[in-house]
Amino acid sequence: MSPHHVVISGIGLVSSLGEGPDAHWRKLAQPGLEPVLEASRFSPYTVHPLPEIDWNLQIAKRGDQRQMETWQRLGTYAAGMALDDAGIKGNDELCTTMDMVVAAGGGERDETVDADILAASESRNDRDVLLNEKLTTELRPTLFLAQLSNLLAGNISIVHKVTGSSRTFMGEEGAGVAAVETAAARIRSGQSTHILVGGAFQTEHSDMLLGYELAGYLHRGPWRPVWQRQGLQGGGVVTGSGGAFLVLEQREHAISRGRKIYAELGPVISGRAKRRQGELDAEIAALLRQAALPNGELLTISGASGAHTATAAEKSALDANPAIAARGFSTLTGHMKEAQFPFAVALAALAVERKAAYPAFDPATEKPFNGIPRTVLATAVGYHQFEGLALVNAAD
Amino acid sequence: MANLNDHMGRPIVAVTGIGVVTSLGVGKADNWAALTAGKSGIHPITRFPVDHLNTRISGMVDFLPSSSKGASLLTYDLAEIAAQEAVAEAGLDSGDFGGPLFLASPPVELDWSERFSLYNSDKHDIGAERLLRVARGLKELDVFETTQFGSIADRLADRFGTRGLPITLSTACASGATSIQLGVEAIRRGECDRALSIGADGSATAEALIRFSLLSALSTHNDIPERASKPFSKDRDGFVLAEGSGALVLESLQAALARGATILGILRGCGEKADDFHRTRSKPDGSPAIAAVRAALADAGLGEDEIDYVNAHGTSTPENDKMEHLSLSTVFGERIGSMPISSNKSMIGHTLSAAGAVEAAFSLMTMRESVIPPTINYDNPDPAIVLDVVPNKKRNAKVGTVLSNSFGFGGQNTCLVMAREPV
Repeated sequence: MSPHHVVISGIGLVSSLGEGPDAHWRKLAQPGLEPVLEASRFSPYTVHPLPEIDWNLQIAKRGDQRQMETWQRLGTYAAGMALDDAGIKGNDELCTTMDMVVAAGGGERDETVDADILAASESRNDRDVLLNEKLTTELRPTLFLAQLSNLLAGNISIVHKVTGSSRTFMGEEGAGVAAVETAAARIRSGQSTHILVGGAFQTEHSDMLLGYELAGYLHRGPWRPVWQRQGLQGGGVVTGSGGAFLVLEQREHAISRGRKIYAELGPVISGRAKRRQGELDAEIAALLRQAALPNGELLTISGASGAHTATAAEKSALDANPAIAARGFSTLTGHMKEAQFPFAVALAALAVERKAAYPAFDPATEKPFNGIPRTVLATAVGYHQFEGLALVNAAD
Repeated sequence: MANLNDHMGRPIVAVTGIGVVTSLGVGKADNWAALTAGKSGIHPITRFPVDHLNTRISGMVDFLPSSSKGASLLTYDLAEIAAQEAVAEAGLDSGDFGGPLFLASPPVELDWSERFSLYNSDKHDIGAERLLRVARGLKELDVFETTQFGSIADRLADRFGTRGLPITLSTACASGATSIQLGVEAIRRGECDRALSIGADGSATAEALIRFSLLSALSTHNDIPERASKPFSKDRDGFVLAEGSGALVLESLQAALARGATILGILRGCGEKADDFHRTRSKPDGSPAIAAVRAALADAGLGEDEIDYVNAHGTSTPENDKMEHLSLSTVFGERIGSMPISSNKSMIGHTLSAAGAVEAAFSLMTMRESVIPPTINYDNPDPAIVLDVVPNKKRNAKVGTVLSNSFGFGGQNTCLVMAREPV
């Protein structure tokens, strides 16, 4: 049996630039768009903060909103937008048969309780007892659920009634790559007809910054575009809050529902370079070879994080192919970890559907692209580990 | 010549290697001897002080060098030991596995011991600001890697030479079953001839215990630890937090036979269904669990009358055992009263992310050994749950097919159907 084609029939996006595919297209299509930055709250780190969001639009019950912290709300919100966009939200039959793969990290800890315990630890030697004492009395019982990785998917099931299946992949950008890759493989092989896939990242929390900074990955000092942070203070990553969900669908399934198709999802290719052994350059080159890039100018939506080593490797691999015109969207959104690859694929699909390229996000580094993009490359080279890319093709 | 494809024309998936670690010990032999003797691995907590805690018992794995070194290192070791046993049994090169890795492991966070040590190494600023200041001065990656969700799988991929980007997953207490399901699906799609599926959990920290305790999920029967986990009993009062790991080498039957491997069992079917009712409670009519069981049977191509034994999720919480009984009796009807159903958790506790994999390993051994491990501590049956739980003593029985259930927070329901022979 020949494999089924996978199409993108719904997109939900949130970033500092706004919400929804249309808003993102309008903003990103403006040459010289300035990023939305928050440089003081987490100084010396700059982040791209969440926009104002009316959670009620996608999470109708206040009770549900209260059960989540911002990360889960954000993901549930973006997922709802994708379902709306695909005409699936509220359709019982489609929701109860819909599969789901969520790329997730963890949720927010209670910073006040943690700070309290740390402060007390300065004058206590029995720190393990201190921990029991404080945690048993000060933790909110339901906070645990707001922290659990698989509870973003759990909340999507509860709020949007997506219940065909629910799987959560973990592991930074690689989780996003594997989620899209697995979802696409399941549709191609006939194991599924429609899948919700994506992730969210809420960076405005000290633990989320700590996850990078324990290895010194964050950029410090004045903001610079993602390609221009080599050699500057810090590790090069500027993070952003955001989320990206896609509805992937078997082509016949989408057509039989009479739905708009953004684009076809071509090959999704993942890899794991042994970076300590210096394999990253060769691995990125190998992934590009495997993708069998089309001839001619190629718009490339790069998920580059800015992390010095990984981003230098990706840049040199992309620069080595003169046909590639890269757009590093982290310049405008910040790095969104698990959501980074789904976000890249979504931006690629939008360009294909609008039949136009994005202007350079960093005109000093990125070259113009003048044609109509029929195929767009999306990449995510992890700031620390794992790599992936996908080709997104015009649907017709 | 055996049939190499299943009822839907997909490659049949065989198990050629099994590994397991629980509080009962390392490896299949020790675990099986203890399990069939009705021995419990539940014991008082010694890893951290139990002051202020309502629950002071667990099924932690306390006998490994990494047992006191934090959730990340212990989870890695548990995964590695189980995988090594499985890969060795399969007769494969343990440094060049040559197939993908699917790892079910707990979500990671910076351990408190590290938080304390980072915080108290500086005096400037307070709270998170100080942690960030200290963090950016660190010269080693060890602490960082314990906070990256993909790091354990990355190390395992190096260690075993698995292929491609390893998948780390969490479906809460169904994670181990999901790791197996992902392997089965990859083989059925023809992406690989073999896959390494591991469920490992070494995350029984004080904070984890307190979090579950605050949700009233844990047993507080501290006085006789080995008696605390009592699935399907009237006086059950919660699960016992535990650690462990299970690993399976999955292989297309064709590839396994071609290289002359011993077939330890068949992964016949997987089924899942998410619940949209509540974050921790199941839909009162049990319909998602029922749908997951039925999906697994359908995927396996077996009817309700073709399951010989159920390896229950059987956590010993009031809610789970009631719901599991409801869903099983709905699917299997009258027959449920006479089908053997036992809970390994009565002896090893709830190994969380590892449970589905550990219990799949024991299910396969149940078929191979023709011995059903008992549900221990079954002295006070719940009159509302009429099941043949194989009470207290193992039973010799020919078992050709097993249903293994896994249900978790967040509406996760995953069921596996395993068989002794390839059809």
